[in-house]
Amino acid sequence: MKILVCISNVPDTTSKITFTNDNTAFNTAGVQFIINPYDEIALSKAVELAEGGKGTVTVINVGDASTDATIRKALAIGADNAVRINAVPRDAWFVANQIAQYAKDNAFDLILTGRESIDYNGAQVGAIVGELLHIPSVSIAKKVDIAGDAVTVEREIEGGKEVLTAKLPIVIGTAEGVAEPKIPNMRGIMSARTKPLDVLEPSAIDVLEHIVSYETPAPRGTVKLVYAAEVEKLVSLLHDEAKVI
Amino acid sequence: MSILVYVENTDGKFKKSAFEVVSYAKSIADNIQTDLVAISIGNVAEDELAGLGKYGASKVLNVNNEQLASFVNQAYASIIAEAVKSTGSKILVLSNSFSGKGLAPRIAAKLEAGLADGALELPTINGDKLTVKKTAFSNKAFATLELTSDIKVIALSPNAYETKETGGSANVETFAPNIDQTDFTTMVKEIVRATDKISLPEAEIVVSAGRGLKGPENWGIIEELADVLGAATACSKPVSDAGWRPHSEHVGQTGIVVSPNLYIAIGISGAIQHLAGVSSSKTIVVINKDPEAPFFKVADYGIVGDAFDVVPKLTQALKAYKGI
Repeated sequence: MKILVCISNVPDTTSKITFTNDNTAFNTAGVQFIINPYDEIALSKAVELAEGGKGTVTVINVGDASTDATIRKALAIGADNAVRINAVPRDAWFVANQIAQYAKDNAFDLILTGRESIDYNGAQVGAIVGELLHIPSVSIAKKVDIAGDAVTVEREIEGGKEVLTAKLPIVIGTAEGVAEPKIPNMRGIMSARTKPLDVLEPSAIDVLEHIVSYETPAPRGTVKLVYAAEVEKLVSLLHDEAKVI
Repeated sequence: MSILVYVENTDGKFKKSAFEVVSYAKSIADNIQTDLVAISIGNVAEDELAGLGKYGASKVLNVNNEQLASFVNQAYASIIAEAVKSTGSKILVLSNSFSGKGLAPRIAAKLEAGLADGALELPTINGDKLTVKKTAFSNKAFATLELTSDIKVIALSPNAYETKETGGSANVETFAPNIDQTDFTTMVKEIVRATDKISLPEAEIVVSAGRGLKGPENWGIIEELADVLGAATACSKPVSDAGWRPHSEHVGQTGIVVSPNLYIAIGISGAIQHLAGVSSSKTIVVINKDPEAPFFKVADYGIVGDAFDVVPKLTQALKAYKGI
């Protein structure tokens, strides 16, 4: 089974998010970048499926050379090879077209992404890749089972879950529960240095959207404390002041 | 040039998110002085469809086809894209629900349309350009996104826009789309819905607990409080990682992002990743025995105290208030 895992390079989850250039650009100063946590789940699942010679895992990232460290980490976790499309991601349509082009040329059985990236929260790329390749896509999978070319996916729906079946090839966006994140071991880290990382130039694709500006949430007022012995007071505040009950 | 809105149903009934997207799309339609057309796929009764008129739809396209009785992502996307074209719509609105998240990008790709996923407010429309506010960095920030494509798709965050009843009844028309058999590549085998539970992303009140509860056996007090409030239950990441609660309850940057009217956090210290998931809640109440817990800094109301003492008392006080 040939598996393609799409990874994105995002700020570490502990990062404080600030902006520069009059709130038009993300301030990367002092920010540590990591593999998008959901993509790490996708990668861990791919490595698990390929274990024991059952398949190969290729990771793909659309980014400039600054993402190489994150790609090497993915190789250390267990991907066999990596591809970087040498372009700063512009919008989901641009990124998905680059990935779809590569996937078309290399005929993968399974394409995994994270359910969404934790920076732009688009949750678009996987489904667009599916559309461009005219293969099914599942956006928020909680459980993935593959036997031969039969795929069973459990996906989240409001207040429950839906179990669906499909056949390979398919695109699946993974959420928590699909696989335990794999921690790279020393051998993985050593071998990651010599695994192939191909850099390809992007196709020319028009963009459909762009971010004009950013803002951070308005701070809340000071907390009103209520004594533990006076919970009735909290009930009245929620009713009379906050008007939420 | 009308606006098209896709409305999701569950077992033939429209959900709250359906009324939210219709109300939202109606405001846009009024703003640019055009009509709002809704499209529904599945087995929904005529009066339920006509009822969308109350929220501002003037016409409802009804796709009722045996093959489409349950959700097929690719087929639904093709049909909605076809409806956008046949109605000449330049704007499509749908909910950024779990199914909506899977549908919207495929529809947008078919139409080469820009997609504002997780829109939080009404858009600003200026000629061919549309800008709208959406979440970014998992709720640690907001971005104003500009869609420059000819057709534009907006996926509205659940709970972000209040439903508005404007009165009226919609004309229901049968819409018979081209059915492409190659779109039927997935099959729903089973749907499991906990009917007695309130869906977390759509809940107006959320009661959430963390490691301060000490173990899964202690969740009874959380569930009782949630019951009294008609709230959904949620938890922090360490709790779902430890298997005390299912991942579907994990609220935070890498879990579910919620924006309820009231979020009650019990025994959760307030790590930055958790706060990201709840920062757009309208009112936040924190109950924690550690007065230094970072969560108090972003709370509206707080009680410094032991959850095992405070929570049952709060449940009692709410019962008394509600006369239960």
